[in-house]
Amino acid sequence: MSSELSLNEIQKEWHGSWQSYVIGLLASLSLTIISFFLVITRFFAAPILIYVVIGLAIAQAVVQLLFFLHVGQEERPRWESISCGFTIFILLIIVIGSLWIMYDLNERMMPVEMETEMLHD
Amino acid sequence: MSKSLTIHHQDTLEDHPDTRSPDTHQDPFAKTVFGFWLYLMTDCLLFATLFCTFAVLHNSTYGGPSARILFHLPTVFGETMILLFSSFICGCSMLYALRNAKTKVMLCLIVTFLLGVSFLFIELSEFTDIVQGGHSWQDSAFLSSYFTLVGTHGLHITFGMLWIAVMIAQIYRLGVTTNTFRRLAVLNMFWHFLDVVWIFIFTFVYLMGVI
Amino acid sequence: MFGRLTQEAFVHEDSQNMAVLSMLLGGIMLMALLFYLKRWRWLWEEWITTVDHKKIGIMYIVVVLIMFMKGFGDAIMMRIQQLFSVGDSHGFLSAGHFQEVFSAHGTTMIFFVGMGVVFGLMNLIIPLQIGARDVAFPFLNAVSFWLFTAAAMLTLVSLAMGKFSTAGWLAYAPLSSLKYSPDEGVDYWIWTVQIAGVGSTLGGINFLATILKMRCPGMQLMKMPIFVWSSLCALVLILLAFPILTATLFMLTLDRYLDMHFFTVDGGGNYMMYVNLIWAWGHPEVYILILPIFGIFSEVVPTFSEKRLFGYVSMVWALIIIAFLSFIVWLHHFFTMGASPNINAFFAITTMLIAIPTGVKIFNWLFTKFRGRVLFTSPMLWFFAFLLNFTVAGMTGILLSAPPVDFQVHNSLFLIAHFHGMVIGGVLFGFFAGFTYWFPKFTGFMLDEKLNRYAFWCWMAGFLLAFMPLYMLGFMGATRRLDHYAAETGWHPLFAIAAFGAFIILCGASIQLFGLFWSIKHRKKLWDHTGGNPWNGRTLEWSIPSPPPIYNFALIPVVDQIDPVWAQRDQRQDLSERKYEDIYLPKNTATGFYIGLWSLIFGIAMVWYMWWLAIISFIAILVLMIMRLSGDDPHDKITATQVQADELAHRRGFQI
Repeated sequence: MSSELSLNEIQKEWHGSWQSYVIGLLASLSLTIISFFLVITRFFAAPILIYVVIGLAIAQAVVQLLFFLHVGQEERPRWESISCGFTIFILLIIVIGSLWIMYDLNERMMPVEMETEMLHD
Repeated sequence: MSKSLTIHHQDTLEDHPDTRSPDTHQDPFAKTVFGFWLYLMTDCLLFATLFCTFAVLHNSTYGGPSARILFHLPTVFGETMILLFSSFICGCSMLYALRNAKTKVMLCLIVTFLLGVSFLFIELSEFTDIVQGGHSWQDSAFLSSYFTLVGTHGLHITFGMLWIAVMIAQIYRLGVTTNTFRRLAVLNMFWHFLDVVWIFIFTFVYLMGVI
Repeated sequence: MFGRLTQEAFVHEDSQNMAVLSMLLGGIMLMALLFYLKRWRWLWEEWITTVDHKKIGIMYIVVVLIMFMKGFGDAIMMRIQQLFSVGDSHGFLSAGHFQEVFSAHGTTMIFFVGMGVVFGLMNLIIPLQIGARDVAFPFLNAVSFWLFTAAAMLTLVSLAMGKFSTAGWLAYAPLSSLKYSPDEGVDYWIWTVQIAGVGSTLGGINFLATILKMRCPGMQLMKMPIFVWSSLCALVLILLAFPILTATLFMLTLDRYLDMHFFTVDGGGNYMMYVNLIWAWGHPEVYILILPIFGIFSEVVPTFSEKRLFGYVSMVWALIIIAFLSFIVWLHHFFTMGASPNINAFFAITTMLIAIPTGVKIFNWLFTKFRGRVLFTSPMLWFFAFLLNFTVAGMTGILLSAPPVDFQVHNSLFLIAHFHGMVIGGVLFGFFAGFTYWFPKFTGFMLDEKLNRYAFWCWMAGFLLAFMPLYMLGFMGATRRLDHYAAETGWHPLFAIAAFGAFIILCGASIQLFGLFWSIKHRKKLWDHTGGNPWNGRTLEWSIPSPPPIYNFALIPVVDQIDPVWAQRDQRQDLSERKYEDIYLPKNTATGFYIGLWSLIFGIAMVWYMWWLAIISFIAILVLMIMRLSGDDPHDKITATQVQADELAHRRGFQI
């Protein structure tokens, strides 16, 4: 078939290397250990701790996207990167939008008595 | 109406700058990798919905226990390490597949599988402990959303392991071919993706729950 | 062994028994016909096991026609009920049955007519317009179709066995929770929609990969036909919105099957979250339905104005902006649920913004016709009907987007009139235009134009008569889903007009169905003798024979501009100079059909709590998947000489 490639050619299309996996592993390891350490020892006060931990999570996700999933290394047109970026964009809209809406609705519409109801059981 | 020639065929066309192929990678490998990537994007949205629901419901404990009481961070740390290393070893299987090293590929896959089994074992023990402590998914919205979010990830891991088993059998039977290399690459994408999702689970469910 | 299935499930009201009997009779007659004509093997080999996108597209349209008849039947029943159920009379449908009817009507029309039209047309047209031989994943394409069909069949099964949902087409919680809908109805709805949703998601992945990766040389993104652009935007919506539906239905399923508390009234459940999530999917869904239709009109209008589409670039940007905006408007479906004014205002503004790019498109179509040579063929008539009805309904949408107005007319018949104007005036009329336009491409003959026109006028008059009264009824306070109302309301005359309108539509639809068979019978008279381009179309599908060969293009075309086929028929080069190559096409397979079949069984098993059957069918699906994905992906070969011979035969055929 004209579009069939040999095993060799396909192997060239894949973008992994020992360096990328080792770097990815070490970086993820460090970020994870730091995260758990900070939370278990309560290194920061609550609000700051939350932001720091979220930041570390995002950093590790980026690390794994780059070094394990090789995002950004595909040939042009970089459809994988574009679709990844757009997905994250829409995801944030829906999640943040939903949280905004639900927080507001809960405040205005949810009955307050419900939390105390179970105590009688 | 344009008078220029409008339909040409490759052999009758002189070089024209605008007639490059829009995508030089139309082989099955590139198409499958991209198609599977799109599937992973849908899985992103699926998990996002479950995360969002967990965020909305995580305080609705209905008088029952909250995250702080139920979650045991050292266990979660263990699970995280296991999954991270399994992601790394899975990647190694691809690196060996580049060299057509059939046995080493199978070895890496077997180790990945075993690490996956350990992960699931620990996770199931965690779930059993909670349920046997008298707190099941039927008791509150918080517990429902917790078990569903983490459980869905676990289900994905289970499917991934079934896939790994099938791949071990295929590599054993066929060695590294165009087909098996492609399927290994896609399996790798899936397994790495599950580790990325786990980052957000241990952060937003477990770490945040305890803060 | 039979779960919760008992003999009770087969006891129905008379009207339903009639429906079931006619379904069974129809099925038996069809099978008898196949036996008589000895066409079983042909059906199996040519259609059921096919992975060819053109055949799959045709099968989608066939299922759409069948499900349209069911959905329209539901509509007629509702109109008759509301015509007679006034004051002391209570019509012929019990309240419970009426609730099943409106739930089934909406579910069928959105998921099986609307989505079926979208995927059917994408299957038929996209590969041809981008110069490709098939879609990116032909087997997956077949799986998507058979999942779609399995879901449709599950709805039909609910007619015969048990009851369908009474919770509306979106099954709001907590009405759809186990506490308030303990019987099998909502479960039927869940599995129908879930199975169809998986099919749609897979189809979305498939066509997105096809458009992005399989365009022919020279077809850069800004040279694609607008139908492909509109489909691309719809596909991005499908990819990102359907997972929300899958997850939300999954949580509802867990609530009902495992006693969880996502959307329940107790246990800390939050049923407002259900409404929020379902509409986060639901709004993009309606844009998924309409964007390809905009694309159809962008093909039809220039062809029948004999003029290039006005403002190609602005059309593309309008599509992209509409697609993006459709993700930030979803709250307008529940203004009245109680969010604060800030939130309501934000979503009101974003909703109004969508009118702008939509308006750009409408003006561009009009500017295309300006100083063009307009041909009043029936596709063009459908365009005018769309222009009038969709625009008017769209404007009522702008009215609704203002929360103060919405608080008055939310869930009234005003709302119903609005969205029916969008789906009938938009989606359905666009589908009719596209169906007439592309019919000759896939069959080789035209549809009878006179019958088309009669049908058109019936639809146009019928639609106005059936839905304009509903706007008035909405203002007068009539809510939706009413199976009875008091005579003092004064609503009866308007309901009578609406029923009459529905009857006129029925005439129109009947003429269309009759016209289809009539055209087939008289196809020799209606044959297309132009060699594949009867309308003088501009895009690549008009450059190949009608019907197209299985491989679509003997040689992959190379294009260098928009509208590549611009009536240059005397461009035939000496055919002996062309270098043909062997063409490889994927082999037919029954696996897709079996996956669909086992999905149907799985759905039935889950509805009736037959756990053993559910496990078996689930494992069967897994085994089929693994077998397929462990195999070799075999292909058939068509030799270069055969391709050349086909080409020569076709050329000779229309040189007369």
